[in-house]
Amino acid sequence: MKNEEMETTYTIPVGPIHPALKEPIRLDLKVDGERIVDVDVVVGQVHRGIEWLGMNRNNPIQNIYLAERVCGICNISHPFAYVMAVEHAAGISPPERAEYIRAITAEMERIHSHLLWAGVAAHEIGFESVFYLVWRVREKIMDLIEYVTGNRVTKAMFQIGGVRRDITEEQFPRIRKTLDYYKSIFDQLKTVFLDDRTIRMRAKNVGVLKREDALKLLAVGPTARASGVAKDVRQDQAYSAYADLDIKAVTPDILTGSIVGDVYDRIIVRLLEIKQSMEIIERCLEEMPPGAILAEPKMAKVLNTLKKAEGEGVGRHEAPRGEVIHYVRLEAGRETLATWKIRAPTYVNLMSIPTILKGGQIADVPIAFASIDPCISCTNRAMVVDRKTNEKSIMTYEELHQLCVEKTRRLSNGLVK
Amino acid sequence: MDWSSNSYSLTTVAIVVGSIILALLGAFFGLLYRGIDRKLAAHMQGRIGPPIIQPFRDIRKLLAKESIIPDGGLSWLFQACPFICLVVSILLLTYIPVFGQRALLEGYGDLVLILYLLIIPSLALVVGGFASSSPFATVGAQREMVIMMSYEFPLAVAIIAIAWRISHVTDINPFIFSTVAQYPIWNQVGPVGVIGSLALLFTLLVVTPGEVAKVPFDIAEAETEIAGGLLVEYSGRNLALFYLADTIRAFVMVSLVVALFFPYNLSPVIGIGATAPAVIVDSLFFLLKVFLVMFISVILIRTAMARFKISQASYIYIIAMTLIGLVGLILIHVDMIV
Repeated sequence: MKNEEMETTYTIPVGPIHPALKEPIRLDLKVDGERIVDVDVVVGQVHRGIEWLGMNRNNPIQNIYLAERVCGICNISHPFAYVMAVEHAAGISPPERAEYIRAITAEMERIHSHLLWAGVAAHEIGFESVFYLVWRVREKIMDLIEYVTGNRVTKAMFQIGGVRRDITEEQFPRIRKTLDYYKSIFDQLKTVFLDDRTIRMRAKNVGVLKREDALKLLAVGPTARASGVAKDVRQDQAYSAYADLDIKAVTPDILTGSIVGDVYDRIIVRLLEIKQSMEIIERCLEEMPPGAILAEPKMAKVLNTLKKAEGEGVGRHEAPRGEVIHYVRLEAGRETLATWKIRAPTYVNLMSIPTILKGGQIADVPIAFASIDPCISCTNRAMVVDRKTNEKSIMTYEELHQLCVEKTRRLSNGLVK
Repeated sequence: MDWSSNSYSLTTVAIVVGSIILALLGAFFGLLYRGIDRKLAAHMQGRIGPPIIQPFRDIRKLLAKESIIPDGGLSWLFQACPFICLVVSILLLTYIPVFGQRALLEGYGDLVLILYLLIIPSLALVVGGFASSSPFATVGAQREMVIMMSYEFPLAVAIIAIAWRISHVTDINPFIFSTVAQYPIWNQVGPVGVIGSLALLFTLLVVTPGEVAKVPFDIAEAETEIAGGLLVEYSGRNLALFYLADTIRAFVMVSLVVALFFPYNLSPVIGIGATAPAVIVDSLFFLLKVFLVMFISVILIRTAMARFKISQASYIYIIAMTLIGLVGLILIHVDMIV
């Protein structure tokens, strides 16, 4: 039986360079005709050593700008999680107004990211008209982001202990105008994405991730929520201004009454989240308290505090793709971070990819893979390189397990001492 | 201009010269229509789009580029396929009435021959795809075969239905274009038959994007899925030939629809007797008809839809389109009884 299978299947490498992928990753598809029998995900093409730079070259404030460059789309989410982690470690608390500004920028980023995704998804199924339409609509939020933060991407809004730019009363009408624009076209977007026959044909019952699988494979963000797992960091462990706002995780059954966990459900979740983000921004504008935007405006002073500080901190933020975690450890007397660990949402969501793709058709691969909104530059955080031979290798499960056991032993020995 | 009325007087020279002229005209208008198609589609999508002459530039550029032949591929077959594809596309052009004139090789072959010839360019693409020995091209070739087998039946149903209806009003061979032009289908049928003919027209309009591999039926090339599929390994001159053949094939396919359903000429209507002005008027009218058919069956459909999966596309052709075609056939039959 196995031999027979070997004869009829062959491998199609999707990636590292492939039109369906916007970033380098490799999916080795074992296919039988059009049906996908097995999938192997190979990462490791965009490792840039960002964490290493953060631990060896940059000081914690310079790291904010490095964190922004982890990902071109989530350049609010990463600094958000990073500054929260450092603040946690050093015991700094930002003023309340800064928390609101952080939330506003983060929600603007979510709107733009979800619209970007919608365009990419349309392109993946060959629906070019919708792709151009959505990206044109997205320009409005990009203009707004530029208006508020001074830049379309890499916004440089964040600072340890607050934000670098205020959102003033005079800016409110412009922000509301853009939000009103999106409200006015929201029903149109919904019609295009949820009622179009060809989109339904390509998205319904494609790339299904069942609730049990989503839980088992630790999916996060819209991927998990579309499978009916109502988890959202903003809801579960409300942080920053979100604590005042009482946010509910969006699941597709709000609209359809049922949960399938297919690509269509992921479209629904993202569409509804655009609406949710608009509501959050509006509430933030209304309830934003007056006051300072930085806990300590003198950066030299902040740096000094951080140099003296000792401890570890975790920052968690619900990025457009799911939960992003930054972990930092500060050592007294050290200019750089002692440890910096980033865990981007795609890292965990990639685990679901084989389950999502298996049993589907080759034609489903682009849209099903894109439906988790993968961000590979976020994901690639480690690589094993032999210094002498410059050879790259992949660690197996057993090796990693062995390392894990050794480390636990080391740690527990330390505790006993 | 009446090349074929008494075929025995047709010299080989006339055929050769005529074919060359037709090939040049076909290539020119094929590329021009491709440019118009791209420009209009761009405007419909809110883009500026490329200049209309862009396809000509593409061809010039491709011809200047290196043709790379994959290591694992069958070199001679890989290089022969673009030629076969182009030659047969031009051959098709000589069998189909274009520019309001009779077909160049009328009398040497009929609609049934065209049905068979239409398969060959696709077949050349399939063979070329398999000869590339790339997994993407292999998947593309498999898909092209499936789609080819799927649209062949509704296409045959539509063409045969028309010929069959015409065979009831005349004793001349109904599979020849001049007969179809002499007895336009719309003039032969009553109200029920008109509905039936519309169903057949609809079938052909939906078959066209499949035949010319455009969204939603560009499954064999599907850029985001299989990276260009059949054509993934083709480059330089070989790709230019396929490109040219593709534009000519689109022109041929649309001309076929025009010849079957709109074989009218403008010159008798507005009363131009002289040969030269009549040819000009009829040619322009023909180009307009081609544009209208292409606008509906290629440009509109491709901007309004997402790409189908191969299973969905073959379902649409084998089940839905064939059924619509058969309904058209039955309606025409009912029309005759009533």
